Amino acid sequence: MQEFSSSFGLAFNLLISFDADLLEIIGLSLRVSLIAVVIAAIIGFPLGASIAVMRFPGRQVVDILLNALMGLPPVVVGLLVYMMISRAGPLGWLNILYSPTAMIIAQIILIVPIVAALTRQLIEDLHREYDEQFRSLCLPMSRVIPALIWDARYSLLTVVLAGFGRAIAEVGAVIIVGGNINHLTRMMTTSIALETSKGNLALALALGLVLLLLSLSINAAVYALRASAKHLAYA
Amino acid sequence: MQQSMRCEPAPNILLMPETNQNSQLPLKVSELCFSVAQKQLVSDFNLELNTQGLTAIMGPNGAGKSLLLRLLHGLLQADSGGIEWNRQSLDIKTRQAQAMVFQKPVLLRRSVAANIDFVLQHCQTTSRKSRREILEEAGLYEQHEQPARLLSGGEQQRLALARALATAPKILFLDEPTASIDPSTTRQIEHWLERIRESGVKLIMVTHDIGQARRLASDVVFMHRGRLLEHTNAKVFFDTPKSSQAQAYLSGELVV
Repeated sequence: MQEFSSSFGLAFNLLISFDADLLEIIGLSLRVSLIAVVIAAIIGFPLGASIAVMRFPGRQVVDILLNALMGLPPVVVGLLVYMMISRAGPLGWLNILYSPTAMIIAQIILIVPIVAALTRQLIEDLHREYDEQFRSLCLPMSRVIPALIWDARYSLLTVVLAGFGRAIAEVGAVIIVGGNINHLTRMMTTSIALETSKGNLALALALGLVLLLLSLSINAAVYALRASAKHLAYA
Repeated sequence: MQQSMRCEPAPNILLMPETNQNSQLPLKVSELCFSVAQKQLVSDFNLELNTQGLTAIMGPNGAGKSLLLRLLHGLLQADSGGIEWNRQSLDIKTRQAQAMVFQKPVLLRRSVAANIDFVLQHCQTTSRKSRREILEEAGLYEQHEQPARLLSGGEQQRLALARALATAPKILFLDEPTASIDPSTTRQIEHWLERIRESGVKLIMVTHDIGQARRLASDVVFMHRGRLLEHTNAKVFFDTPKSSQAQAYLSGELVV
C-alpha cells in the first residue's frame, strides 16, 4: 500500500514538473497516433462510404471481412508488418524497421478496418435518406460519396475517435515494429509495459494517468462538438 | 450505378414562348406493370400526355400514384411496359431534364445557400439562375445562412422546390408537396406553381387535395388499385366523373 501511494505521488510530481522524458514519450505517442488516424480516415471514409453506396458482387463478403478485421490482433499485425519491413522482407530496402514510420504503418493497418466499417454503417443510414433525392438529381457516384461523407461529418468524428482510441492505447503492434527504443520509438503504452516490468511504477503510472486524461478530454471535445452540431441540425 | 455525366445545357425555358411545345413531351406510357413481392401495384397502365400545364394524379391511398411518379421519373424500374418521353426512352439525358419534389423534403445537412449551391455545381445549364435569384424567388434569401433543417416545414418545402428548379427542369414531378403544410403556405406554393407552369415547365403532381387540383390542374389522371380509371380535362373530371370510384372519391366517400 505504501508503494502504491508513493507511486501516485511520484507520478504527480513527474506530471507537474513537465518531466522532459515524459513529454517526449507523450509527444511521440500523439504524433504517431494522430498521423495514423488521419491517414486511416483518408483511406477509411471513402472505402466505407463506397461499400455503403455501391452495389457490386461480393459486397457482403467485403462487409464480413471488414467487420472481422475490426478485431485484428495487434501482435499479429505487428508481426506481419515486421516481416514485411525487416531486412529480409520484401520492403526491407525502405529501412524503416524500429522507426516511428513503422509504428504509423502498423497503426494504420489496425484502424483502417475500424474506420471503414463504422463509416459504412453511418453512411448507409444517411444514404437511405438521401438516395431518392440524389438519384432524382442524376448525381454520379463521384458526387454522391463526398456529399454523404460531408453530411455525416459530425457523426464521423465519433468514428475517428474510435480509431484514435484504438491507436493510442495499442501496445502489441508498435512494440514489435518500433522496438521501444529510448528517445526514438518509445510510446506511452510501450513505456508502461517496460517500466512496469522494471518495477518503475511511478513513470508507468504517470503515463497511465496521461492516457486516461487524454481519452477523457478527447471524448469530451467530440461530445461537445456533436452537441453543437445537433443544435444546428447538422447531425 | 449512375453514369457520371453533367447536365446538358438546356434551352432557357423561361424565355420560351408559351405556345412552344415542351421538348420532353409527349409522354407515352404503354402497358406499364410494377410489382413488389408478387403484389401487382401498377398494372397495364396506359397513358398519353401531351398537355402543357399541370397534370394532377389523383386517387385513394394505395392507388399507386407515388409509384407512378417514381416510374415516370426513372427512380423505379418497371417490370414490363414502356415509358417514352418525346419518343426517347428514359435515359440519363431525359432524366436530367426532370426534377422531383418529394412529400417530405430531403435537405442536406448544410446551410440553405449550400443546398442550392450543391445542385448548381452539378447542373451547369446555360439558363441557370444565380443562387440569390433562386432564393429570392423562394422567399428564402434572408435565411440563406441558416441551417436548412432548422427551417419550418413550409420553408423546407419551398427550399426543396427552389432546389428542384435550380436544375432548370422541363418536367417537374411533385409528390404531395403541400401535404403537411398550413393553408397560407400552401397558397404561396400554389401561386409559385402557377408561375412555374406559365414559364413552360410541365408539372405532374400527386395530390389528395381536391380543392388544390381544381385550382391548378389542367387535366387529371385518376388511379385506383394500380390502374388508370380516367384521364380527362380537369373541368370535365370534376364536373362529370365517369367511374363510380372517382364519383365516390370526389364526393368524399371512402373509396377502397
